[in-house]
Amino acid sequence: MKGHLKREDDFKERRKHLANLSDEELKLRFWKLAEKAVEPLLELAKTHTTPSIERSVLLRMGFSSLEAKPLVEGAIDRGLISKGVGHLVYRISKEKNIPLRQAGLEMIEGKHWDDAVVIFRGEGK
Amino acid sequence: MKKVDINEKMDIRDILNDLENYRPKRKGWTWRKKVDGLKVGPHIYSDCSEPLKNSIGIPAAVRYFENLDPQPQETITTEIASGRFEDDIRRMRMAAWHGADHIMVIRTAGQSHYDGLIEGSPQGIGGIPVTRKQVRAQRKALDFIEEEVGRPINYHSYVSGVAGPDIAVMFAEEGVNGAHQDPQYNILYRNINMVRSFVDAAESKKVMAHVDMAQIDGAHNANATARDAWKVMPELIVQHGINSIFSHKVGMKKENICLSTVPPSAAPVPCTKYDLPYAVALRDIFSEYKMRAQQNTKYITSSSREATVTHVMNMVISKLTSADIQSTITPDEGRNVPWHMFNIEACDTAKQTLIGLDGILEMVELKKDGYLPEQVRELKERAVLYLEELLEVGGYFEAVEQGFFVDSGIYPERNGDGIGRKINGGIGAGTVFERDRDYMAPVTAHYGYNNVAQYNEASVDNPSNLIDGCTLEKPGKIIFIDELDENDNVNNRLEECEKYRNTNLIKPEVEWLADGIVQMEIFLPTSKRVAEFAAIEFAKKMNLKDSEVIHTEVLHPSEGTRVQIKGRVEFDLDMSTLEIPPEPEIMSNEELWEEIERKPLKVVAATVGEDEHSVGLREVIDIKHGGIEKWGIEVEYLGTSCPVEKLVDAAIELNADAILASTIISHDDIHYKNMRKIHEYAVEKGIRDKIMIACGGTQVTPEIAVQQGVDAGFDKTSKGVHVATFLVKKRREMERNEN
Repeated sequence: MKGHLKREDDFKERRKHLANLSDEELKLRFWKLAEKAVEPLLELAKTHTTPSIERSVLLRMGFSSLEAKPLVEGAIDRGLISKGVGHLVYRISKEKNIPLRQAGLEMIEGKHWDDAVVIFRGEGK
Repeated sequence: MKKVDINEKMDIRDILNDLENYRPKRKGWTWRKKVDGLKVGPHIYSDCSEPLKNSIGIPAAVRYFENLDPQPQETITTEIASGRFEDDIRRMRMAAWHGADHIMVIRTAGQSHYDGLIEGSPQGIGGIPVTRKQVRAQRKALDFIEEEVGRPINYHSYVSGVAGPDIAVMFAEEGVNGAHQDPQYNILYRNINMVRSFVDAAESKKVMAHVDMAQIDGAHNANATARDAWKVMPELIVQHGINSIFSHKVGMKKENICLSTVPPSAAPVPCTKYDLPYAVALRDIFSEYKMRAQQNTKYITSSSREATVTHVMNMVISKLTSADIQSTITPDEGRNVPWHMFNIEACDTAKQTLIGLDGILEMVELKKDGYLPEQVRELKERAVLYLEELLEVGGYFEAVEQGFFVDSGIYPERNGDGIGRKINGGIGAGTVFERDRDYMAPVTAHYGYNNVAQYNEASVDNPSNLIDGCTLEKPGKIIFIDELDENDNVNNRLEECEKYRNTNLIKPEVEWLADGIVQMEIFLPTSKRVAEFAAIEFAKKMNLKDSEVIHTEVLHPSEGTRVQIKGRVEFDLDMSTLEIPPEPEIMSNEELWEEIERKPLKVVAATVGEDEHSVGLREVIDIKHGGIEKWGIEVEYLGTSCPVEKLVDAAIELNADAILASTIISHDDIHYKNMRKIHEYAVEKGIRDKIMIACGGTQVTPEIAVQQGVDAGFDKTSKGVHVATFLVKKRREMERNEN
């Protein structure tokens, strides 16, 4: 066994507070509890990002999967993923006044990252 | 691509041609359109949807009802994934003709752990690597297939693993209509970090919701994993609840959220006692959501018969409660990756059962007191108690850490053997980053905090305005990657079996073109183990390669064993060398009635020789069996064991137009000898050129019959309509010759 809790079926004891609920009340209770269980998960998702989310943003911006990967890795290496990797590419394209795809492809070649660090460090947090 | 012709195979190269510019016809899920009181012929259906333009009905429909093929109201799923997407496309077309409108593509083993998109068209194991190229090719093929059958077809795969959001975006771009998405699946069964799974899931679901994809959850896996599947019911309700409400809160419409529900038990367990209360409880609690009913696979074996019965039993539950999507599990799933014909069998099983149970709830209802509602109530309470304790220990993550899930006890009973995962463990742990205040993503369907306002207040509701639209508005921005691996790709695979594509050569197959696999059924009058080894030897002597026993059943410990074997044939066949006789002609009822009305036709009939068989001939004659009397042909039946001379003399005396002789006994070719005798005696009597002679029997080969001098031969598949058609046509021919 894996060392998790073991317990006899104590349903009859445990259910006493539910016994007087109507079926409709029981259903409402189920959904209230389920909502409560997912609230912190939704909050976590709103305030956090991941490499796959950032890759999916870059895909939508018109980069291929092969291009999205090194861009995200580049951002993680420089501590900039928390800004949004698509954001970095967008900002570089604005700053340098070059098309979005060109900005991203040049960043894959290693260009512009120092500028990105300067632009974004100190902002935000 | 050129228009699809029913009489032509799909051209895979044509599908691949110009693929980089292909865009899906539509996006989002499509439900079947229910027709109230659908009338087809003399029948009225209560639970059916719009009929198809082209389809193949169940065998009885084809045999007895002129392909009567009503379509149930439920979407019917078939799961296709042989590892080669190009061969799967052919199977999709066959499945669509048999009623599938939800094609689910299984992913290759290991794709869950691949951090990014796979590209190109590599071959998969137990599924295909789901890549943009393969998805686009299959969607393109389905866009044509759905026109052929006349019903939209939903294309479906999986948004899970560590690349969930990447895949969700690709699916949204490519017009994939449905997907499995459930972070709990990642966590419990793929050991992907739980925080990463939920954060990724929110983004994936947001993208799926944007294009109206239907979502199916992953709760059914608990059922397949648990020690006693029926004890996991309270937990299943909780898993469904967590994924459903999480999805809805992210922005998915409730009508696009489908529960993946499986009857948890199967015979010999008294399964309806578990499965029905569970199904009712689920539909009560999730009344606003959709149900995708799947067959129990926990207790599936290699017996395709048994799997089919379970499938039918489970659909009885679907009909008694409800199902929006009826999944089909192929009856061979318990022994191999599904073969072509078993996908079709499963679709036919679903169609047969759902149509057979049409209108059942207008006649029976579930009891409102006693065992059923008591069990339903208890299950709901157990589920509520589960959620209460989950919150008490600190929430979902803590509950997973403490092994709440997939415990073998029926909650609140706990056996301490659940699947426990660590909040900071698993694949992808430590890859979740907090967004800064200036975090920004200039794209559509992005979940959560997005500081677009820092650049343009006006773009807050449409972040992709910042970049003049993203791929979801401007598909021209999608970058299509063709192939990355010069060896492992579809072009090489097509070339390898090129000689079987649109040529005269043919070879048996079960999943891949010309794979050569055949199945054989053997009974051996011996014990199981001996039978298995003996069967392999028989297969070898029959020249089958790589033979394997795929199923055995003991009929008696010593009297006999049934063995099913698969093996590979290494030879092919040149179809141009086949001598194929033309198919027997059949005239319509109206044409036959009209012709006999114009000029009556008289027949004398008998079973000739020392032969007491009467059933076959009576079936050809009797109106009750669709015999020739049906069209007004007059028949003088002389009975069995009738001498040839008596039969011909009677024909002369009655001035008959034709002699109909049945010859069943075939010992020493007596049947053919009697045919020759009839012919010769008719010649001798001088009536041969005025009378038609037709002979039939179970051992008769029509061509050999004609060689005996008679006008036509009929075999065991022949019916009255074949004989009537022959008589009418032959008479016309004789009339023409007279003039």
